[in-house]
Amino acid sequence: MLRNTLIVLVIVVLFLPLLPLLVWSFSQGWFFPQFIPEQWTFQHWIQVFSPASRVMEGLVQSLAIALTTTILSLLVGLPAGRAIGLMEFPGKAALKLFLLTPIIVSPLATLMGMQFVLIRLGLNGTLFAVVLVHLMPTIPYMTLVLASVFANFDMGYEIQARSLGASPLQVLSQVTLPLIAPGVVVGALFAFLISWNEFLLTFFVSAGRVFTLPMVLFTLLQGGNNGLTAAVAITSVVPGLLFLLLASSALQNETTLAGLGNV
Amino acid sequence: MPFAERRWGLRHDGSGLLTHWRAYLLLLPVTGIIGLLFGGGLVMAFLQSIGAIGLLGSGQISLTAYQTALANPEFLRSLTLSVYIAIVATGLSTVFSIGLAILLRTAGRWASFACQVTLPIPHLVGIVGVLLLLSPSGLISRWLYALGGIQSDQDFPLLVNDAANIGVLLHFLWKEIPFMTLILLAVLRGINPAYEMQARALGASPWQCFWHVTLPMMKSGIFSSSLIVFGYIFASFEVPFLLGSTRPRTLPVLIYRAFTDSDLTRRPEAIALGIILSALSMLIVVAYSWLVSRNYQSMSRV
Repeated sequence: MLRNTLIVLVIVVLFLPLLPLLVWSFSQGWFFPQFIPEQWTFQHWIQVFSPASRVMEGLVQSLAIALTTTILSLLVGLPAGRAIGLMEFPGKAALKLFLLTPIIVSPLATLMGMQFVLIRLGLNGTLFAVVLVHLMPTIPYMTLVLASVFANFDMGYEIQARSLGASPLQVLSQVTLPLIAPGVVVGALFAFLISWNEFLLTFFVSAGRVFTLPMVLFTLLQGGNNGLTAAVAITSVVPGLLFLLLASSALQNETTLAGLGNV
Repeated sequence: MPFAERRWGLRHDGSGLLTHWRAYLLLLPVTGIIGLLFGGGLVMAFLQSIGAIGLLGSGQISLTAYQTALANPEFLRSLTLSVYIAIVATGLSTVFSIGLAILLRTAGRWASFACQVTLPIPHLVGIVGVLLLLSPSGLISRWLYALGGIQSDQDFPLLVNDAANIGVLLHFLWKEIPFMTLILLAVLRGINPAYEMQARALGASPWQCFWHVTLPMMKSGIFSSSLIVFGYIFASFEVPFLLGSTRPRTLPVLIYRAFTDSDLTRRPEAIALGIILSALSMLIVVAYSWLVSRNYQSMSRV
Protein backbone atom coordinates (compact mmCIF):
# COMPACT_ATOMS: atom_id res chain seq x y z
CA MET A 1 0.00 0.00 0.00
CA LEU A 2 1.41 3.32 -1.12
CA ARG A 3 0.37 5.24 1.97
CA ASN A 4 1.98 2.85 4.44
CA THR A 5 5.13 2.63 2.31
CA LEU A 6 5.43 6.43 2.37
CA ILE A 7 4.88 6.55 6.13
CA VAL A 8 7.49 3.86 6.75
CA LEU A 9 9.91 5.76 4.51
CA VAL A 10 9.36 8.96 6.53
CA ILE A 11 9.91 7.08 9.79
CA VAL A 12 13.15 5.53 8.47
CA VAL A 13 14.46 8.99 7.46
CA LEU A 14 13.45 10.44 10.84
CA PHE A 15 15.44 7.78 12.66
CA LEU A 16 18.42 7.83 10.26
CA PRO A 17 20.49 10.46 12.16
CA LEU A 18 20.36 8.24 15.25
CA LEU A 19 22.04 5.32 13.49
CA PRO A 20 25.58 6.78 13.32
CA LEU A 21 25.19 7.90 16.96
CA LEU A 22 24.56 4.34 18.10
CA VAL A 23 27.47 2.89 16.10
CA TRP A 24 29.92 5.65 17.07
CA SER A 25 29.13 5.32 20.79
CA PHE A 26 30.50 1.74 20.74
CA SER A 27 33.30 2.17 18.24
CA GLN A 28 37.00 2.66 18.64
CA GLY A 29 38.69 4.66 15.89
CA TRP A 30 36.12 4.21 13.14
CA PHE A 31 38.09 5.58 10.18
CA PHE A 32 36.83 6.35 6.70
CA PRO A 33 36.06 4.34 4.60
CA GLN A 34 35.37 1.49 7.06
CA PHE A 35 31.78 0.36 6.66
CA ILE A 36 31.57 -0.78 10.27
CA PRO A 37 34.14 -0.15 13.02
CA GLU A 38 37.01 -2.63 13.22
CA GLN A 39 37.05 -2.48 16.99
CA TRP A 40 34.18 -2.15 19.42
CA THR A 41 34.45 -0.68 22.88
CA PHE A 42 32.44 0.29 25.98
CA GLN A 43 35.03 2.96 26.77
CA HIS A 44 32.78 5.91 25.79
CA TRP A 45 29.93 4.66 27.94
CA ILE A 46 32.28 4.13 30.88
CA GLN A 47 33.41 7.72 30.38
CA VAL A 48 29.81 8.94 30.36
CA PHE A 49 29.35 7.51 33.84
CA SER A 50 32.71 8.65 35.22
CA PRO A 51 32.72 11.90 37.23
CA ALA A 52 35.62 13.30 35.19
CA SER A 53 33.47 13.78 32.08
CA ARG A 54 30.87 15.72 34.15
CA VAL A 55 28.10 14.13 32.07
CA MET A 56 26.15 12.79 35.04
CA GLU A 57 26.58 16.12 36.83
CA GLY A 58 25.10 17.83 33.77
CA LEU A 59 22.27 15.31 33.63
CA VAL A 60 21.31 15.95 37.26
CA GLN A 61 21.50 19.74 36.85
CA SER A 62 19.46 19.61 33.65
CA LEU A 63 16.84 17.44 35.32
CA ALA A 64 16.59 19.74 38.35
CA ILE A 65 16.28 22.82 36.13
CA ALA A 66 13.77 21.25 33.74
CA LEU A 67 11.54 19.90 36.53
CA THR A 68 11.58 23.20 38.47
CA THR A 69 10.82 25.17 35.30
CA THR A 70 7.98 22.81 34.41
CA ILE A 71 6.34 23.04 37.84
CA LEU A 72 6.63 26.85 37.96
CA SER A 73 5.22 27.17 34.43
CA LEU A 74 2.33 24.93 35.40
CA LEU A 75 1.55 27.00 38.51
CA VAL A 76 1.25 30.26 36.56
CA GLY A 77 -0.02 28.63 33.37
CA LEU A 78 -3.10 27.06 34.98
CA PRO A 79 -4.86 30.32 35.95
CA ALA A 80 -3.80 32.02 32.70
CA GLY A 81 -4.95 29.06 30.59
CA ARG A 82 -8.28 29.16 32.38
CA ALA A 83 -8.73 32.87 31.70
CA ILE A 84 -7.87 32.55 28.00
CA GLY A 85 -9.79 29.34 27.45
CA LEU A 86 -12.96 30.13 29.37
CA MET A 87 -13.35 33.87 29.57
CA GLU A 88 -13.96 36.71 27.17
CA PHE A 89 -12.30 40.03 27.95
CA PRO A 90 -11.09 43.10 26.08
CA GLY A 91 -7.53 42.77 24.78
CA LYS A 92 -7.57 38.96 24.58
CA ALA A 93 -6.13 38.82 21.05
CA ALA A 94 -3.36 41.27 21.94
CA LEU A 95 -2.59 39.29 25.07
CA LYS A 96 -2.22 36.05 23.12
CA LEU A 97 0.15 37.83 20.74
CA PHE A 98 2.13 39.17 23.71
CA LEU A 99 2.43 35.63 25.08
CA LEU A 100 3.78 34.47 21.73
CA THR A 101 6.65 36.97 21.63
CA PRO A 102 9.11 34.96 23.77
CA ILE A 103 8.75 31.94 21.47
CA ILE A 104 8.91 33.88 18.20
CA VAL A 105 11.18 36.85 18.88
CA SER A 106 14.91 36.15 19.17
CA PRO A 107 15.95 36.12 22.83
CA LEU A 108 19.50 37.37 22.16
CA ALA A 109 19.00 41.06 23.00
CA THR A 110 16.83 40.18 26.00
CA LEU A 111 19.52 37.83 27.28
CA MET A 112 22.17 40.54 27.04
CA GLY A 113 19.95 42.84 29.08
CA MET A 114 19.15 40.16 31.64
CA GLN A 115 22.78 39.17 31.99
CA PHE A 116 23.60 42.80 32.82
CA VAL A 117 21.00 42.85 35.60
CA LEU A 118 21.76 39.36 36.93
CA ILE A 119 25.48 40.15 37.26
CA ARG A 120 24.69 43.26 39.31
CA LEU A 121 22.28 41.29 41.50
CA GLY A 122 24.95 38.62 42.02
CA LEU A 123 22.63 36.02 40.54
CA ASN A 124 24.58 35.27 37.37
CA GLY A 125 25.67 31.65 37.27
CA THR A 126 23.04 30.41 39.73
CA LEU A 127 20.44 27.72 39.11
CA PHE A 128 17.83 30.34 39.96
CA ALA A 129 18.93 32.53 37.05
CA VAL A 130 18.85 29.58 34.64
CA VAL A 131 15.32 28.61 35.73
CA LEU A 132 14.26 32.24 35.36
CA VAL A 133 15.37 32.51 31.73
CA HIS A 134 13.96 29.08 30.89
CA LEU A 135 10.53 30.32 32.01
CA MET A 136 10.42 32.72 29.03
CA PRO A 137 9.79 30.04 26.37
CA THR A 138 8.09 27.45 28.63
CA ILE A 139 5.30 29.66 30.03
CA PRO A 140 3.83 30.55 26.60
CA TYR A 141 3.68 26.90 25.48
CA MET A 142 2.18 25.80 28.79
CA THR A 143 -0.43 28.58 28.72
CA LEU A 144 -1.45 27.95 25.11
CA VAL A 145 -1.86 24.20 25.65
CA LEU A 146 -3.88 24.70 28.85
CA ALA A 147 -6.02 27.43 27.22
CA SER A 148 -6.81 24.97 24.44
CA VAL A 149 -7.98 22.33 26.92
CA PHE A 150 -9.96 24.84 29.00
CA ALA A 151 -11.73 26.00 25.83
CA ASN A 152 -13.34 22.55 25.68
CA PHE A 153 -14.00 22.43 29.42
CA ASP A 154 -17.57 22.48 30.71
CA MET A 155 -17.80 24.62 33.83
CA GLY A 156 -21.12 22.98 34.63
CA TYR A 157 -19.19 20.18 36.37
CA GLU A 158 -17.57 22.61 38.79
CA ILE A 159 -20.83 24.39 39.53
CA GLN A 160 -22.53 21.04 40.09
CA ALA A 161 -19.81 19.91 42.50
CA ARG A 162 -19.97 23.21 44.39
CA SER A 163 -23.73 23.06 44.71
CA LEU A 164 -23.41 19.52 46.07
CA GLY A 165 -21.23 20.88 48.85
CA ALA A 166 -17.65 20.37 47.64
CA SER A 167 -15.11 22.93 48.83
CA PRO A 168 -13.22 24.97 46.17
CA LEU A 169 -10.13 22.86 46.87
CA GLN A 170 -12.09 19.64 46.43
CA VAL A 171 -13.53 20.93 43.17
CA LEU A 172 -10.01 21.71 41.93
CA SER A 173 -8.47 18.37 42.91
CA GLN A 174 -11.41 16.08 42.16
CA VAL A 175 -13.20 17.76 39.25
CA THR A 176 -11.13 20.37 37.42
CA LEU A 177 -7.66 18.78 37.44
CA PRO A 178 -8.82 15.28 36.36
CA LEU A 179 -10.77 16.85 33.48
CA ILE A 180 -7.86 18.93 32.21
CA ALA A 181 -5.23 16.26 32.95
CA PRO A 182 -4.31 15.66 29.27
CA GLY A 183 -3.53 19.37 28.89
CA VAL A 184 -1.44 19.38 32.06
CA VAL A 185 0.53 16.37 30.79
CA VAL A 186 1.13 17.81 27.30
CA GLY A 187 1.93 21.30 28.64
CA ALA A 188 4.38 19.77 31.10
CA LEU A 189 5.93 17.65 28.32
CA PHE A 190 6.51 20.76 26.18
CA ALA A 191 7.89 22.78 29.09
CA PHE A 192 10.20 19.95 30.14
CA LEU A 193 11.49 19.36 26.61
CA ILE A 194 12.11 23.06 25.94
CA SER A 195 14.05 23.50 29.17
CA TRP A 196 15.89 20.21 28.65
CA ASN A 197 16.96 21.24 25.11
CA GLU A 198 17.88 24.81 25.86
CA PHE A 199 21.43 25.87 25.13
CA LEU A 200 21.54 29.58 24.28
CA LEU A 201 19.51 30.83 27.27
CA THR A 202 21.57 28.74 29.68
CA PHE A 203 24.83 29.83 28.09
CA PHE A 204 24.12 33.54 28.68
CA VAL A 205 23.32 33.34 32.38
CA SER A 206 25.34 30.31 33.50
CA ALA A 207 28.69 32.13 33.63
CA GLY A 208 30.29 28.73 33.09
CA ARG A 209 29.15 27.61 36.55
CA VAL A 210 25.86 25.89 35.73
CA PHE A 211 26.74 22.96 33.52
CA THR A 212 23.66 21.48 31.87
CA LEU A 213 23.71 18.53 29.49
CA PRO A 214 23.36 20.72 26.35
CA MET A 215 26.37 22.73 27.59
CA VAL A 216 28.37 19.48 27.94
CA LEU A 217 27.30 18.42 24.45
CA PHE A 218 28.09 21.82 22.92
CA THR A 219 31.59 21.72 24.41
CA LEU A 220 32.15 18.14 23.20
CA LEU A 221 30.91 19.02 19.71
CA GLN A 222 33.74 21.48 19.34
CA GLY A 223 36.28 18.86 20.33
CA GLY A 224 36.93 15.85 18.12
CA ASN A 225 35.90 12.85 20.21
CA ASN A 226 33.06 11.46 18.08
CA GLY A 227 32.58 8.35 20.24
CA LEU A 228 32.06 10.22 23.51
CA THR A 229 29.97 12.92 21.80
CA ALA A 230 27.67 10.23 20.39
CA ALA A 231 27.34 8.50 23.76
CA VAL A 232 26.46 11.80 25.50
CA ALA A 233 24.01 12.63 22.71
CA ILE A 234 22.22 9.31 23.23
CA THR A 235 22.21 9.87 27.00
CA SER A 236 20.49 13.22 26.56
CA VAL A 237 17.70 11.67 24.48
CA VAL A 238 16.62 9.25 27.21
CA PRO A 239 14.71 11.47 29.72
CA GLY A 240 12.70 13.26 27.01
CA LEU A 241 11.86 9.94 25.39
CA LEU A 242 10.64 8.50 28.70
CA PHE A 243 8.46 11.58 29.28
CA LEU A 244 7.07 11.26 25.74
CA LEU A 245 6.13 7.61 26.35
CA LEU A 246 4.35 8.60 29.55
CA ALA A 247 2.53 11.40 27.74
CA SER A 248 1.74 9.53 24.53
CA SER A 249 -1.94 8.95 25.27
CA ALA A 250 -2.43 12.62 26.19
CA LEU A 251 -0.71 13.64 22.93
CA GLN A 252 -3.31 11.68 20.97
CA ASN A 253 -5.98 13.93 22.49
CA GLU A 254 -6.36 16.60 19.81
CA THR A 255 -7.80 19.25 22.16
CA THR A 256 -4.41 19.55 23.88
CA LEU A 257 -2.65 20.68 20.71
CA ALA A 258 -5.39 22.49 18.82
CA GLY A 259 -4.45 25.68 20.68
CA LEU A 260 -1.00 25.74 19.06
CA GLY A 261 -2.77 25.62 15.72
CA ASN A 262 -4.82 28.66 16.53
CA VAL A 263 -2.58 31.29 18.05
CA MET B 1 -27.10 29.97 34.29
CA PRO B 2 -26.99 33.66 35.13
CA PHE B 3 -25.17 32.85 38.38
CA ALA B 4 -22.27 31.26 36.54
CA GLU B 5 -22.15 34.05 34.01
CA ARG B 6 -21.94 36.69 36.68
CA ARG B 7 -19.53 34.75 38.84
CA TRP B 8 -17.04 33.82 36.12
CA GLY B 9 -17.43 36.79 33.84
CA LEU B 10 -18.64 34.58 31.05
CA ARG B 11 -20.87 36.96 29.23
CA HIS B 12 -19.08 39.54 27.16
CA ASP B 13 -21.16 42.57 27.97
CA GLY B 14 -18.38 45.08 27.35
CA SER B 15 -19.02 46.93 30.57
CA GLY B 16 -15.32 47.61 31.13
CA LEU B 17 -12.49 46.45 33.31
CA LEU B 18 -14.52 45.85 36.45
CA THR B 19 -16.45 42.88 35.07
CA HIS B 20 -13.26 41.35 33.77
CA TRP B 21 -11.08 41.82 36.82
CA ARG B 22 -11.12 38.08 37.47
CA ALA B 23 -9.67 37.27 34.04
CA TYR B 24 -6.97 39.91 34.39
CA LEU B 25 -6.12 38.67 37.86
CA LEU B 26 -5.71 35.10 36.58
CA LEU B 27 -3.45 36.39 33.80
CA LEU B 28 -1.35 38.61 36.04
CA PRO B 29 1.36 36.04 36.99
CA VAL B 30 2.00 35.05 33.39
CA THR B 31 2.00 38.56 31.93
CA GLY B 32 4.01 39.83 34.89
CA ILE B 33 6.76 37.24 34.51
CA ILE B 34 6.97 37.51 30.71
CA GLY B 35 6.79 41.31 30.86
CA LEU B 36 9.43 41.58 33.56
CA LEU B 37 11.85 39.03 32.11
CA PHE B 38 11.43 39.45 28.38
CA GLY B 39 10.35 43.09 28.30
CA GLY B 40 12.69 44.10 31.12
CA GLY B 41 15.62 42.35 29.49
CA LEU B 42 14.89 44.09 26.20
CA VAL B 43 14.74 47.51 27.88
CA MET B 44 18.04 46.91 29.70
CA ALA B 45 19.62 45.80 26.42
CA PHE B 46 18.34 48.91 24.66
CA LEU B 47 19.69 51.18 27.41
CA GLN B 48 23.08 49.50 27.02
CA SER B 49 22.99 49.85 23.25
CA ILE B 50 22.52 53.61 23.44
CA GLY B 51 25.22 53.93 26.08
CA ALA B 52 22.93 54.99 28.94
CA ILE B 53 24.21 52.15 31.13
CA GLY B 54 26.82 49.44 30.81
CA LEU B 55 30.49 48.62 30.87
CA LEU B 56 31.59 51.44 28.64
CA GLY B 57 28.54 53.60 29.09
CA SER B 58 29.55 57.08 30.00
CA GLY B 59 25.96 58.02 30.61
CA GLN B 60 25.95 59.85 27.32
CA ILE B 61 23.22 58.81 24.92
CA SER B 62 24.46 58.02 21.44
CA LEU B 63 23.46 55.93 18.49
CA THR B 64 27.06 55.09 17.55
CA ALA B 65 26.51 51.38 18.23
CA TYR B 66 23.67 51.27 15.70
CA GLN B 67 25.74 53.16 13.14
CA THR B 68 28.62 50.71 13.60
CA ALA B 69 26.28 47.73 13.43
CA LEU B 70 24.54 48.86 10.26
CA ALA B 71 27.81 49.95 8.62
CA ASN B 72 29.25 46.47 9.13
CA PRO B 73 29.23 44.98 5.61
CA GLU B 74 28.49 41.57 7.09
CA PHE B 75 25.17 42.74 8.53
CA LEU B 76 23.22 42.70 5.27
CA ARG B 77 24.74 39.41 4.12
CA SER B 78 23.92 37.82 7.48
CA LEU B 79 20.38 39.14 7.39
CA THR B 80 19.88 37.80 3.86
CA LEU B 81 21.22 34.41 4.89
CA SER B 82 18.98 34.26 7.99
CA VAL B 83 15.90 35.19 5.98
CA TYR B 84 16.83 32.68 3.25
CA ILE B 85 17.24 29.81 5.72
CA ALA B 86 14.07 30.67 7.64
CA ILE B 87 11.91 31.02 4.51
CA VAL B 88 13.19 27.89 2.75
CA ALA B 89 13.13 25.69 5.86
CA THR B 90 9.68 26.93 6.98
CA GLY B 91 8.22 26.67 3.47
CA LEU B 92 9.46 23.12 2.89
CA SER B 93 8.51 22.03 6.43
CA THR B 94 5.00 23.38 5.92
CA VAL B 95 4.47 21.58 2.62
CA PHE B 96 5.85 18.27 3.91
CA SER B 97 3.94 18.55 7.19
CA ILE B 98 0.61 19.12 5.42
CA GLY B 99 1.29 16.02 3.32
CA LEU B 100 2.41 13.94 6.28
CA ALA B 101 -0.56 15.03 8.42
CA ILE B 102 -2.97 14.04 5.63
CA LEU B 103 -1.19 10.66 5.32
CA LEU B 104 -1.30 10.06 9.07
CA ARG B 105 -4.88 11.19 9.49
CA THR B 106 -6.31 7.92 8.29
CA ALA B 107 -3.34 5.72 9.23
CA GLY B 108 -3.19 3.78 12.49
CA ARG B 109 -2.11 5.30 15.79
CA TRP B 110 1.19 3.41 15.50
CA ALA B 111 2.17 5.63 12.57
CA SER B 112 1.49 8.98 14.25
CA PHE B 113 3.24 7.74 17.38
CA ALA B 114 6.31 6.64 15.38
CA CYS B 115 6.48 10.12 13.82
CA GLN B 116 6.38 11.67 17.30
CA VAL B 117 9.24 9.63 18.73
CA THR B 118 11.92 11.96 17.35
CA LEU B 119 10.08 15.00 18.76
CA PRO B 120 11.87 15.07 22.15
CA ILE B 121 15.35 14.74 20.62
CA PRO B 122 17.35 17.89 21.49
CA HIS B 123 18.61 20.08 18.64
CA LEU B 124 22.21 19.47 19.66
CA VAL B 125 21.70 15.70 19.39
CA GLY B 126 20.21 16.20 15.93
CA ILE B 127 23.25 18.27 15.02
CA VAL B 128 25.61 15.46 16.09
CA GLY B 129 23.49 13.01 14.10
CA VAL B 130 23.51 15.17 10.96
CA LEU B 131 27.29 15.70 11.23
CA LEU B 132 28.02 11.97 11.61
CA LEU B 133 25.57 11.15 8.84
CA LEU B 134 26.25 13.76 6.15
CA SER B 135 29.85 14.91 6.60
CA PRO B 136 32.40 13.77 3.97
CA SER B 137 33.47 10.94 6.29
CA GLY B 138 29.94 10.33 7.53
CA LEU B 139 27.78 7.24 7.33
CA ILE B 140 26.19 7.98 3.94
CA SER B 141 29.58 8.71 2.42
CA ARG B 142 30.81 5.32 3.72
CA TRP B 143 27.77 3.58 2.25
CA LEU B 144 28.41 5.21 -1.13
CA TYR B 145 32.08 4.17 -0.94
CA ALA B 146 31.11 0.57 -0.17
CA LEU B 147 28.72 0.59 -3.11
CA GLY B 148 31.44 1.98 -5.36
CA GLY B 149 29.68 5.31 -5.91
CA ILE B 150 32.66 7.36 -4.73
CA GLN B 151 36.40 6.67 -4.68
CA SER B 152 37.32 8.81 -1.66
CA ASP B 153 35.71 11.17 0.85
CA GLN B 154 36.79 14.01 -1.47
CA ASP B 155 34.13 12.88 -3.97
CA PHE B 156 31.29 13.26 -1.47
CA PRO B 157 29.41 16.57 -1.86
CA LEU B 158 29.90 19.03 0.98
CA LEU B 159 26.61 19.00 2.91
CA VAL B 160 27.68 20.40 6.28
CA ASN B 161 29.28 23.81 6.81
CA ASP B 162 28.58 24.32 3.10
CA ALA B 163 27.89 27.61 1.33
CA ALA B 164 24.25 26.71 0.55
CA ASN B 165 23.61 25.63 4.17
CA ILE B 166 22.14 22.30 3.04
CA GLY B 167 23.01 20.70 6.39
CA VAL B 168 21.21 23.47 8.29
CA LEU B 169 18.12 23.16 6.11
CA LEU B 170 18.05 19.35 6.38
CA HIS B 171 18.41 19.54 10.15
CA PHE B 172 15.51 21.99 10.46
CA LEU B 173 13.33 19.86 8.16
CA TRP B 174 14.14 16.80 10.24
CA LYS B 175 13.31 18.62 13.47
CA GLU B 176 10.36 20.83 12.49
CA ILE B 177 8.33 18.48 10.25
CA PRO B 178 7.34 16.18 13.16
CA PHE B 179 6.49 19.25 15.28
CA MET B 180 4.30 20.88 12.62
CA THR B 181 2.73 17.54 11.73
CA LEU B 182 1.76 17.03 15.38
CA ILE B 183 -0.11 20.36 15.41
CA LEU B 184 -1.67 19.94 11.96
CA LEU B 185 -2.78 16.40 12.78
CA ALA B 186 -4.57 17.73 15.88
CA VAL B 187 -6.20 20.39 13.70
CA LEU B 188 -7.24 17.77 11.12
CA ARG B 189 -8.70 15.48 13.76
CA GLY B 190 -10.79 18.39 15.04
CA ILE B 191 -12.34 18.93 11.59
CA ASN B 192 -15.77 17.49 11.01
CA PRO B 193 -15.34 14.94 8.15
CA ALA B 194 -18.92 15.58 7.02
CA TYR B 195 -17.80 18.57 4.88
CA GLU B 196 -15.35 16.45 2.93
CA MET B 197 -17.81 13.59 2.53
CA GLN B 198 -20.39 16.05 1.28
CA ALA B 199 -17.94 17.50 -1.26
CA ARG B 200 -17.01 14.02 -2.47
CA ALA B 201 -20.66 13.00 -2.66
CA LEU B 202 -21.36 16.07 -4.78
CA GLY B 203 -18.73 14.93 -7.27
CA ALA B 204 -15.50 16.69 -6.19
CA SER B 205 -12.30 14.83 -7.09
CA PRO B 206 -9.97 13.92 -4.17
CA TRP B 207 -7.70 16.79 -5.22
CA GLN B 208 -10.59 19.30 -5.46
CA CYS B 209 -11.84 18.11 -2.08
CA PHE B 210 -8.38 18.64 -0.55
CA TRP B 211 -7.79 22.03 -2.21
CA HIS B 212 -11.24 23.56 -1.69
CA VAL B 213 -12.44 21.91 1.52
CA THR B 214 -9.69 20.39 3.68
CA LEU B 215 -6.92 22.96 3.12
CA PRO B 216 -9.08 26.03 3.89
CA MET B 217 -10.13 24.42 7.16
CA MET B 218 -6.46 23.81 8.05
CA LYS B 219 -5.48 27.39 7.21
CA SER B 220 -5.29 28.85 10.69
CA GLY B 221 -3.37 25.79 11.90
CA ILE B 222 -0.92 26.15 9.01
CA PHE B 223 -0.46 29.88 9.69
CA SER B 224 0.05 29.44 13.43
CA SER B 225 2.47 26.54 13.25
CA SER B 226 4.51 28.06 10.44
CA LEU B 227 4.77 31.34 12.38
CA ILE B 228 6.15 29.48 15.41
CA VAL B 229 8.58 27.52 13.23
CA PHE B 230 9.69 30.61 11.26
CA GLY B 231 10.36 32.57 14.44
CA TYR B 232 12.28 29.66 15.93
CA ILE B 233 14.48 29.11 12.87
CA PHE B 234 15.10 32.84 12.33
CA ALA B 235 16.37 33.13 15.92
CA SER B 236 18.17 29.78 16.08
CA PHE B 237 21.81 29.85 17.08
CA GLU B 238 23.27 26.36 17.62
CA VAL B 239 22.21 24.90 14.28
CA PRO B 240 23.78 27.49 11.93
CA PHE B 241 26.73 27.87 14.31
CA LEU B 242 27.63 24.18 14.14
CA LEU B 243 26.24 23.07 10.77
CA GLY B 244 26.15 26.29 8.73
CA SER B 245 28.50 28.10 6.39
CA THR B 246 31.44 29.88 8.00
CA ARG B 247 30.98 33.00 5.84
CA PRO B 248 28.47 34.56 5.72
CA ARG B 249 27.08 33.69 9.14
CA THR B 250 23.46 34.01 10.20
CA LEU B 251 22.46 37.07 12.23
CA PRO B 252 22.28 35.22 15.60
CA VAL B 253 25.75 33.73 15.00
CA LEU B 254 27.14 37.15 14.03
CA ILE B 255 25.68 38.64 17.23
CA TYR B 256 27.03 35.82 19.39
CA ARG B 257 30.50 36.28 17.91
CA ALA B 258 30.44 40.04 18.45
CA PHE B 259 29.16 39.66 22.01
CA THR B 260 31.73 37.04 23.02
CA ASP B 261 34.56 38.89 21.24
CA SER B 262 37.57 39.44 23.49
CA ASP B 263 37.44 43.06 22.34
CA LEU B 264 34.89 44.47 24.79
CA THR B 265 34.33 47.59 22.70
CA ARG B 266 32.37 45.40 20.30
CA ARG B 267 29.71 44.74 22.99
CA PRO B 268 27.50 47.77 22.25
CA GLU B 269 27.54 46.83 18.57
CA ALA B 270 26.51 43.26 19.45
CA ILE B 271 23.68 44.52 21.64
CA ALA B 272 22.55 46.96 18.92
CA LEU B 273 22.49 44.06 16.44
CA GLY B 274 20.48 42.03 18.95
CA ILE B 275 17.94 44.85 19.27
CA ILE B 276 17.70 45.06 15.47
CA LEU B 277 17.12 41.27 15.32
CA SER B 278 14.40 41.51 17.98
CA ALA B 279 12.74 44.40 16.14
CA LEU B 280 12.79 42.41 12.90
CA SER B 281 11.19 39.37 14.53
CA MET B 282 8.56 41.55 16.20
CA LEU B 283 7.79 42.98 12.78
CA ILE B 284 7.13 39.41 11.64
CA VAL B 285 4.68 38.84 14.52
CA VAL B 286 2.86 42.10 13.76
CA ALA B 287 2.70 41.32 10.04
CA TYR B 288 1.38 37.90 10.88
CA SER B 289 -1.34 39.16 13.20
CA TRP B 290 -2.35 41.72 10.57
CA LEU B 291 -2.58 38.94 8.01
CA VAL B 292 -4.60 36.74 10.32
CA SER B 293 -6.99 39.43 11.49
CA ARG B 294 -7.59 40.39 7.86
CA ASN B 295 -8.36 36.82 6.86
CA TYR B 296 -10.02 35.00 9.68
CA GLN B 297 -11.15 37.30 12.41
CA SER B 298 -14.49 35.53 12.38
CA MET B 299 -12.89 32.11 12.61
CA SER B 300 -10.66 32.55 15.65
CA ARG B 301 -12.16 30.77 18.59
CA VAL B 302 -9.78 30.07 21.47
